[in-house]
Amino acid sequence: MSTNLEKPSGSTKPDAAAAHTTTADELSSAAVTVPTGADVGSYLRQYWQRIRGGDMGSLPAVAALVVLFLVFSVVENGFLSKANFASLITQAAPGILLAMGLVFVLLLGEIDLSAGTASGVGGAIVAVLLTKDWPWPLAVLAALVVGAVIGLGIGWMRTFLRVPSFVSTLALFLGLQGVVQIVVNSANTQGNLSLQSDTLVALENSNMPVWLGWVMAAVLVIGYAAQKLLAVAGRHKRGLPTEPSSITAAKVLGIAVLSFGFTFVLNLNRSPNAGGGTRIVERNGQLVTEKTGGEFLGGVPWVVPVILVLVVVLGFVLSRTRYGRHVYAVGGSDEAARRAGIRVNAVRISVFVICSTLAVVSGVVLASQTAVNAAQGGGNTLLLAVGAAVVGGTSLFGGKGKITDAVVGGAVVAVILNGMADLLHGKNNSAWQWIVTGLVLLLAATVDAMSRRRAGSTGLG
Amino acid sequence: MTDQPILRLRGVNKSFGAVHVLDDVDFEAYAGKVTALVGDNGAGKSTLVKCIGGTYPIDSGSYEFDGSPVHVSGPRDAAALGVEIVYQDLALCENLDVVQNMFLGRERMRGVVLDEESMEIAASQTLTSLSVRTLKSVRQRVSSLSGGQRQTVAIAKAALWKSRVVILDEPTAALGVAQTAQVLDLVRRLADQGVAVILISHNMLDVLQVADRIAVLYLGRMAATVDRADVNQTQVVELITTGRSGDLGIQPATASAGVSI
Ligand SMILES: Nc1ncnc2c1ncn2[C@@H]1O[C@H](COP(=O)(O)OP(=O)(O)OP(=O)(O)O)[C@@H](O)[C@H]1O
Ligand SMILES: [Mg+2]
Repeated sequence: MSTNLEKPSGSTKPDAAAAHTTTADELSSAAVTVPTGADVGSYLRQYWQRIRGGDMGSLPAVAALVVLFLVFSVVENGFLSKANFASLITQAAPGILLAMGLVFVLLLGEIDLSAGTASGVGGAIVAVLLTKDWPWPLAVLAALVVGAVIGLGIGWMRTFLRVPSFVSTLALFLGLQGVVQIVVNSANTQGNLSLQSDTLVALENSNMPVWLGWVMAAVLVIGYAAQKLLAVAGRHKRGLPTEPSSITAAKVLGIAVLSFGFTFVLNLNRSPNAGGGTRIVERNGQLVTEKTGGEFLGGVPWVVPVILVLVVVLGFVLSRTRYGRHVYAVGGSDEAARRAGIRVNAVRISVFVICSTLAVVSGVVLASQTAVNAAQGGGNTLLLAVGAAVVGGTSLFGGKGKITDAVVGGAVVAVILNGMADLLHGKNNSAWQWIVTGLVLLLAATVDAMSRRRAGSTGLG
Repeated sequence: MTDQPILRLRGVNKSFGAVHVLDDVDFEAYAGKVTALVGDNGAGKSTLVKCIGGTYPIDSGSYEFDGSPVHVSGPRDAAALGVEIVYQDLALCENLDVVQNMFLGRERMRGVVLDEESMEIAASQTLTSLSVRTLKSVRQRVSSLSGGQRQTVAIAKAALWKSRVVILDEPTAALGVAQTAQVLDLVRRLADQGVAVILISHNMLDVLQVADRIAVLYLGRMAATVDRADVNQTQVVELITTGRSGDLGIQPATASAGVSI
């Protein structure tokens, strides 16, 4: 307490009148100005500042993706083949879906170690129900409900019993592996149990018609552009600064090039028999070889629209709705969120429900790809998905992340696994694959931790 | 003070078990005035504020708002009256930007979609009306703001919500000279907008600079409530440390009776 400064009373108040002299033009020159659009230079400078401040988003992952593609295409024959590109996507799909759910949990600074085995449970339930002649939508719905209940359980333990999610989900990770075995065994099969539903098997094994792929790309691009333009128009109308129109145009163009390029490559004929040849077909229960003309195998895998729809819907929920805002708020500071009147417990439970439910979706896609066995969803499934989310830019410390991180990060992980698989030969092939994947995850976590420290230390932005 | 106080506490008592923390405390806050609440460590300032904010129920005494008695049994009741507390540890989400923080928990919607434009405009207007010039952008993340800027955002949030009574718990405790001046300016302007501001501070310079009235708590009793113009620093310090200063404060006959176990 300072006691040495005697001031004459009455003269110590700041001039209250000063506040009243704020003139109209002072008000209109807005004390708070958002660096306005128009100027691309300042926009890019700001973006650069954000990156330097540790707010890098998916940038490192995108860079990694580009580098990996370049490296593998040089050192590995066949990596860039059309067929491999398509299989990259179907390989990445289950991990991406799992990572999407984990983004929600990670946004709160929580973890769900049981998501992998929950996906196994989902896949197993669907597979077994299909053997009992359930229609596939009902089988999937039942599995989704089980997923939601698992998430509810984790959330309840976290919020009411205050069991750290790390511990409760580790326990569930173990327990659910047993559940998968029991469910799979209940179908009385030896070994693998494939999905007895053409629709579900098609997800990972069939492609959209070529025209539908183009339509989807067009819808995506037009939708993105329309949403961008509406946002800009809305801000403009209300006199708010907007991002420079050249930046908007560049973004739309980027999305267009990506979507149409992606669709173009996948719509190419990737059949090894494109030029004609022989094929083995089943005729009246017998396998016969017959001559064929040029065969067509192409199109966007059916799992892609599933992922796209989820990305759009969940991205909307996170960035545009009150619920999404509250998820970020609780992840940033649950005390602040609580004081703001947010129902923190409800938000916390909800992200576990979303995660486990999406895990089931991922499990169904995985079952579509590989058929279900007793070890479904165990092993490294979960860690790779966590790795995908973190590589994509979602923070392990909560409050930072986007749904697209799961897609970008999932792509990076899939490219590494796919590229390395054919690159490494000899008996230690898969060993090296794990070592490299581990290193990538470690690198991502380090970048995350460092950018967090950086963001904390950049006082004035 | 001729006008009626917005907030008036009469004979408030509060004990924690055997510890009598607030003893027959009278306290008023007036619209457009900054009322400083001072007192030594453990005098009961935070406890009094928590009673006002509804965190602690009062044991006895009356709580009047706008001249009529009200029953405040929780933070929600106080918030409904228009009482806002800006906590010392701020309660902002660092990963959200200024607008998002100011509207947290009270987001404006258009259907199911957040109405970002309208919130951004309202936040900017509030900051402008408080002549805040230290923020580059209302879309800046709070993590990139300095301590003073954060305090500014927290106070502006209270202004945005048209709070009638805003309580600031040591808003300048962690700030440097320039930022302290900015925050005190802001406190003044908030009061000029007709808000009853209650300022808790251990810093005599701040108190003497910005307060209109000074309420001194001494060991859980209201030693004196004085007009800023009627006292100097020595007197206030005496009131804080001994509970009295000349004619002001608790007189010797009763000075020790207020301390109870
Ligand atoms: N929850 C509680 N239970 C028991 N005693 C309490 C509780 N809260 C406060 N007290 C006691 O009440 C007295 C007043 O505390 P209070 O926090 O109101 O003081 P203060 O004036 O805010 O002090 P400071 O300047 O240090 O913040 C202290 O003696 C404290 O130990
Ligand atoms: Mg205190």
